[in-house]
Amino acid sequence: MDMPTPNPEVLAKKARIVARLKEVLPADAVISDEVEVRAYECDALTAYRCPPLAAVLPASTEEVAAVLKVCHAENVPVVPRGAGTSLAGGSMPTADSIILGVARMTEVLETDYENRFIRVQTGRTNLSVSGAVEEEGFFYAPDPSSQLACAIAGNIAMNSGGAHCLKYGVTTNNLMGVTMVTMEGEIVEIGGAYLDAGGLDLLGVICGSEGQLGVVTEATLRILHKPEGARPVLMGFDSNEVAGQCVSDIIKAGILPVAIEFMDRPCIRATEAFAGAGYPDCEALLIVEVEGSDEEIDAQLERILAIARAHSPVELRESTSADESARIWLGRKSAFGAMGQINDYMCLDGTIPVSQLPYVLRRIGELSKDYGLDVGNVFHAGDGNMHPLILFDANKPGDLEKCEAFGADILRLCVEVGGCLTGEHGVGIEKRDLMVDQYLPEDLDIQMAVKDVFDPKWLLNPAKVFPLASSEARRMAAE
Amino acid sequence: MTSREGPDPNGNQVANLSRIFEGQEKMMTPLTEAELSDVIAGAKGPLRIQGGGTRDIGAPVQGEVLSTAGLSGVTLYEPGALTLVAVAGTPLADIEDTLAVEGQRLAFEPVDHRGLLGTTGTSTIGGVVAGNISGPRRIQVGACRDSLLGVRFVDGAGRVLKNGGRVMKNVTGYDLVKLMAGSWGTLGVLTEVSLKVQALPEAVGCVLINGLSDEDAVAAMSAALGSPFDVSGAAHAPSGVDGHPVTMIRIEGLEASVAYRAAKLTDVLARFGGEVSVERDADKVAVGWAWVRDVAAMQGGAGDVWRISVKPSDGPEVVEKLRALYADLRVLYDWGGGLVWVQVPAGTDVRSVAFEGHATLIRSSRETRASLPVFHPEPAPLATLSQGLRAKFDPRGILNPGLMG
Ligand SMILES: Cc1cc2nc3c(=O)[nH]c(=O)nc-3n(C[C@H](O)[C@H](O)[C@H](O)COP(=O)(O)OP(=O)(O)OC[C@H]3O[C@@H](n4cnc5c(N)ncnc54)[C@H](O)[C@@H]3O)c2cc1C
Ligand SMILES: Cc1cc2nc3c(=O)[nH]c(=O)nc-3n(C[C@H](O)[C@H](O)[C@H](O)COP(=O)(O)OP(=O)(O)OC[C@H]3O[C@@H](n4cnc5c(N)ncnc54)[C@H](O)[C@@H]3O)c2cc1C
Repeated sequence: MDMPTPNPEVLAKKARIVARLKEVLPADAVISDEVEVRAYECDALTAYRCPPLAAVLPASTEEVAAVLKVCHAENVPVVPRGAGTSLAGGSMPTADSIILGVARMTEVLETDYENRFIRVQTGRTNLSVSGAVEEEGFFYAPDPSSQLACAIAGNIAMNSGGAHCLKYGVTTNNLMGVTMVTMEGEIVEIGGAYLDAGGLDLLGVICGSEGQLGVVTEATLRILHKPEGARPVLMGFDSNEVAGQCVSDIIKAGILPVAIEFMDRPCIRATEAFAGAGYPDCEALLIVEVEGSDEEIDAQLERILAIARAHSPVELRESTSADESARIWLGRKSAFGAMGQINDYMCLDGTIPVSQLPYVLRRIGELSKDYGLDVGNVFHAGDGNMHPLILFDANKPGDLEKCEAFGADILRLCVEVGGCLTGEHGVGIEKRDLMVDQYLPEDLDIQMAVKDVFDPKWLLNPAKVFPLASSEARRMAAE
Repeated sequence: MTSREGPDPNGNQVANLSRIFEGQEKMMTPLTEAELSDVIAGAKGPLRIQGGGTRDIGAPVQGEVLSTAGLSGVTLYEPGALTLVAVAGTPLADIEDTLAVEGQRLAFEPVDHRGLLGTTGTSTIGGVVAGNISGPRRIQVGACRDSLLGVRFVDGAGRVLKNGGRVMKNVTGYDLVKLMAGSWGTLGVLTEVSLKVQALPEAVGCVLINGLSDEDAVAAMSAALGSPFDVSGAAHAPSGVDGHPVTMIRIEGLEASVAYRAAKLTDVLARFGGEVSVERDADKVAVGWAWVRDVAAMQGGAGDVWRISVKPSDGPEVVEKLRALYADLRVLYDWGGGLVWVQVPAGTDVRSVAFEGHATLIRSSRETRASLPVFHPEPAPLATLSQGLRAKFDPRGILNPGLMG
């Protein structure tokens, strides 16, 4: 993975930069020891690492502003960091950068059940946002599988999704406002406890901007009352086509499940061996979950099961207890772990139009043979967000590169059929160079022009999202 | 993908620019995206972007009229994937008809403001997206921007650009889709939009409460919206169709669900006083919500109409302050109280009353719109960012210049 050559001027003045940071932060909030900064050398894309120049852990928006002023004055790149669970290398540093972590900013600032929002500092983890409103029966809807660890900061920067976004939307649909600090150190408030923008929708651009437009320190999030109940059904089919058709028919019938998850045979086998959830041995498996009261769930499932039966399922399992529900979800939830048990794996995240599902799965199967690498597919079928897991052996020379090439081919395939490179994990460094397959140079240029406005010196997370060749002129001009 | 081939439902037509003269005004009506791009690239002065031209609102824009009416058609519709792609000049009504055939609709319930504004014409999907026009269901499914999956547009330099796509989940690069929604043609002229659509519900119902004060009504709506019963509309008219206060809570879904939730909500809402009833006649429910959506209570009235977005529980307080100033204030609360429509005497700036949120002047004379900021003035740092974005998207400042302030 190419990264820009670190700016030698910045490297040379490390001591001075650290000293200036220590002037604006408590001593324990500035980490510059070469060993200690290693804690920040990578995120969950662990294949790539680079220790930063230093890391800072401010405790307030004002401290964030003070740090950014110093970095702006000294021309030091800044990489914002939440919990470091990005799968795209979004929070991976460069040698000349400062990691700005919001991990110490975890306060709940306001909860308002009447107006249904919560305001938090962004270092708070996703799950603990729901945790803060649970007693009143509320929750924060976007639920990435990493929710125990990942922070709202990263969720906003990546516009993260989750298993239930078919019904509740992704982060951007649940974000009402932010407090953000610009690279120049100016604190801005965008949106708030009311809906929609009075002018241009700046909030909409900030969400999903991968830490390149500003450092988000506080967020106003929409909260909802929990449904009365939820229940999954499991369906097994003897072909991917039929399972795909069933998904489409459910959606067309006007029933909106909260989740429709899909697993293919390699994935089913792996999770069976790992978790023993009792899944049928079949080509394709769907888990469909609906919400409501018992009566409402019965009514919805009756429709869904009728649709499924019309597709001659090899198995149809309705949960009748909390225990059974948990078992239905068990395999799906342990899918990543199961695949990890077999081998190292790379998790892709392309999205495709649901109608292209059978074709794409077939092509992935063919590519898998060509590359000689196994792949399992587990994904959010309702919205076409695929997570092919490619298995490889990190200890085998050349295997990682082969796996990456295979992954790139799959993502190009997603684009080719009308989809996109990433549905929820973000571009980061991982998919940066594939951006040219989805966008023309002018499409990338207008996006970079947005960064020019927010961060004219290109100091915030500059080596991400855009192919290095595309962003080079801008980054150089800034140096 | 190497070349930019545009959506071109009129591809078989002669690719020359049709120029229509309407009264004094010269109107340009390109028939393809490429023509539109040529017009903008070659423009010598400001352009006034028009969809169906159903609205002459916003700060008055001087300039040659550039109409998208020649760019029309649904390019792709996959009911099983809940997605529709249409060229920007497609009449909204055509899209609604296309969807209805498959039992689907636009979830965000676009408002028809012809009644309120006293205009005629055909709303286009591009105009709806350009204004991020969202109706009562906004509180449940989000605004127009939340249903928007992708856009193609021509920027102020004439470049044909694309962002987003036609899939439900997409975080590939910056989200300019949201930025374009609600940019009122000041950042670019939309040529194509992809939208997520929704199935029509099997059944609908509306819980009605009569006689609540504004404050109790907002509290009741909050209770309904804070319940697990999946409310799809919550509005309050201090003076409803028959002149009395009415609060409306809408539910949609399978028949069994609607019946169940209507009963549950009736229980939840009993404690607010008022007289609670349930309307299950689908036609009556539809008429009632169209009345809210299109702000029928202010149609044909005199005075200016403002749209105020606030924290729901702040709504009644803002209204009370305005009432103290204007005795004949007309009011409609939508979005659980978070959207307050008010009709005030002509020339009034409701922002003289302090509140947290924003207010937009929707109906008033051209003079007022030229003298009062139509859109809510932004704090300096945000205004600088917005200005900066406009300068990048429209370096010559020729697209609806000044419309948003
Ligand atoms: C096991 C596992 C499962 C996952 N499942 C899902 C899933 O289901 N859905 C999903 O969408 N993702 C998933 N992810 C990916 C990841 O968890 C998300 O992208 C998450 O939102 C990252 O949050 P974070 O706090 O860890 O961010 P980080 O990794 O720290 O940073 C992510 C990005 O955000 C930027 N950033 C961080 N803080 C700020 C800030 N304060 N201001 C501005 N920018 C900032 C960073 O610069 C970086 O670009 C998964 C990851 C793992 C490891
Ligand atoms: C300040 C203001 C507030 C409004 N508020 C509401 C409201 O709250 N609810 C509501 O329902 N209606 C509102 N309207 C009216 C709204 O414009 C129409 O409902 C809808 O846009 C009708 O579409 P149209 O095709 O007739 O658009 P037009 O009236 O022709 O255009 C509407 C706006 O969108 C721009 N536009 C049109 N087509 C494109 C395109 N393809 N690309 C880029 N820009 C384009 C126009 O320049 C114009 O600014 C408002 C209008 C304005 C100016």
